[in-house]
Amino acid sequence: MADLTSHPDEIKVVSKRFGQGAAEIETYLKLDGYKAVQKALTMSSDDIINEVKASNLRGRGGAGFPTGMKWSFVPKDTTKAKYILVNGDESEPGTCKDRPILEHDPHAVIEGVIIAGLAVGAKIGFVYIRGEYRYLVDIMRKAIADAYAKGYLGKNIFGSGKDFDVRWHTGAGAYEVGEESALMESLEGKRGIPRIRPPFPAVVGLWGGPTVINNVETLASVPHIILMGGQKFADFGPPKNGGTRLFCLSGHINKPGVYELPLGYPLKKMIYDVGGGIPDGRKLKAVVPGGSSTFVLTAEEAEQMSMDFDSFGKRGEFLGSGGVVILDDQTCMVKFALRVMKFYQHESCGWCIPCREGTDWLKKTLTRFHNGGGLRKDIDNIKYLAQGILGRSFCPLGDAAAIPTISIVDKWRDEFEMHLEGRPCPFDPAAKITELPVVGAH
Amino acid sequence: MAPISEKLDQFFTEKMKEYPTKRGFLVPMLLYTQDELGYLSDGAIAHLARKTELTELEVRNVISYYSLLHTKPMGKYHVQVCTNISCMLRGGEEILDHCKSKLGIGHKQTTADGTFSLEEVECIGACSWAPAVQINYDFHENLTNEKIDKVLDQYRSKAKQ
Ligand SMILES: Cc1cc2nc3c(=O)[nH]c(=O)nc-3n(C[C@H](O)[C@H](O)[C@H](O)COP(=O)(O)O)c2cc1C
Ligand code: SF4
Ligand code: FES
Repeated sequence: MADLTSHPDEIKVVSKRFGQGAAEIETYLKLDGYKAVQKALTMSSDDIINEVKASNLRGRGGAGFPTGMKWSFVPKDTTKAKYILVNGDESEPGTCKDRPILEHDPHAVIEGVIIAGLAVGAKIGFVYIRGEYRYLVDIMRKAIADAYAKGYLGKNIFGSGKDFDVRWHTGAGAYEVGEESALMESLEGKRGIPRIRPPFPAVVGLWGGPTVINNVETLASVPHIILMGGQKFADFGPPKNGGTRLFCLSGHINKPGVYELPLGYPLKKMIYDVGGGIPDGRKLKAVVPGGSSTFVLTAEEAEQMSMDFDSFGKRGEFLGSGGVVILDDQTCMVKFALRVMKFYQHESCGWCIPCREGTDWLKKTLTRFHNGGGLRKDIDNIKYLAQGILGRSFCPLGDAAAIPTISIVDKWRDEFEMHLEGRPCPFDPAAKITELPVVGAH
Repeated sequence: MAPISEKLDQFFTEKMKEYPTKRGFLVPMLLYTQDELGYLSDGAIAHLARKTELTELEVRNVISYYSLLHTKPMGKYHVQVCTNISCMLRGGEEILDHCKSKLGIGHKQTTADGTFSLEEVECIGACSWAPAVQINYDFHENLTNEKIDKVLDQYRSKAKQ
């Protein structure tokens, strides 16, 4: 069970029921549970979508796409079955916030699914939870069964004359399955190879039917938006970046934990106030702002940043998944780049050449480099290889591998130079890298 | 006789009805079958292929994609050490080395008595509670060498019961 942490600057919306036993349906009901869906049942589908649009809620899975707009893309006049698909694959390194939601407030996710269904005219929702989270699958199974027993799911929910079903599903270990089209393949019982777009899932998704795919936290925010009104949620954050979100502080930080803070919160305060600063009197070197797929920030950049989508977007960068990883001044950036690349190389599904071959060559080059076998031309080669993937891969995983790599080479070139000509790693002369074997698609 | 228990088989039959195609529930079926048998045996694969009206090759194709699925027996307790970034920054690699020497096995190896197997894994969603290890489905977090020693000892005595 994940420990809970708290800080006075937190605004608890999505996390307000954490630690209160709300996984039990009776407790959930005492804490305003299932009120939002009853309110939504009195609203038209356009009203629901407009409320979510007014909230400025943007996808919490990483890309930050406006949720209300995504829902409005689902065609109204279709005879095909429509689906809601909850993305609970949570595997982006540094990210551990869907876990407490599923653990402490599973019914909020179910409510969010039903409301999304009412908004787009879907009658079925699937909750896909990564295979490693078995205890959360069990919590979700019980929550769904309890909701059926109360008549909140199934036929004629809340006596409204409307039907809605929610199913649980689990993965079996694969980062790439978090990518929305690969997620659909996995739910259909296949390898998680992404699909080409267009058509987008909102038009052609699961089994050919229009499908809304949203992150766990996105959908868990929706009942609160319906109850408090979109505008109030929007007002927590800066313009176009509505609400609060769960930030997962990890790495070299005194008080790691998952904290719910308004969008736009200053990263500097997040590190030094909320997170209690860097341990052992060390200094900040770098910050991974939102999972390993984002551009890595230097300490100077980090101290200027506001944690909202547009502050990053303006720089051509990404806020990402909420996984804020703090690196102190004793961290070797070459080693860090290597560990990140090992991950992407391991998780590449192998479907397209830029990602499959590019991540493999980058891993090989970075391994040699970190072990002291680097040549000066390798530094440019690493960047050249990463840029060769960027924008050329079949799905965004390739970009995700390239982005941190490019930012690390650009910003910490001096550390690469320190590793040249057989010199041992300046940060750890006894450095030993544990080799992950090449498995999977290779 | 089916290679999996009747109870599990019936559970699959029921769940399969929730999907518009026969193979919809395949990935969870593979994982739950592995939980019961310890691994995905030839017999189990043939059974699930028949059940989903796929060829065995199609089922094996799916299996090879997912990192949790194994076609060979693992240890009774599968020790999965995360060394991804948040764990690495807080000593995940040291935990892995410690487990290797304590168990006397390497990555993806099993102890001679079959009690433990070891695997270095990618992020398991415990980054704010790093370094973290998952043993079968149980999370062990905020670890030190001493803490993981105790945890492994507990599993070892459980195995003897
Ligand atoms: C390689 C890759 C992995 C992803 N993993 C996840 C994930 O684990 N969870 C998630 O919600 N979104 C993940 N995404 C983003 C999804 O593709 C998708 O944008 C998201 O689920 C949409 O939901 P949202 O709009 O509510 O954020 C991933 C994307 C990529 C490219
Ligand atoms: S970018 Fe990587 S993960 Fe995505 S399709 Fe290509 S090989 Fe597969
Ligand atoms: S990096 Fe180890 S659990 Fe996320």
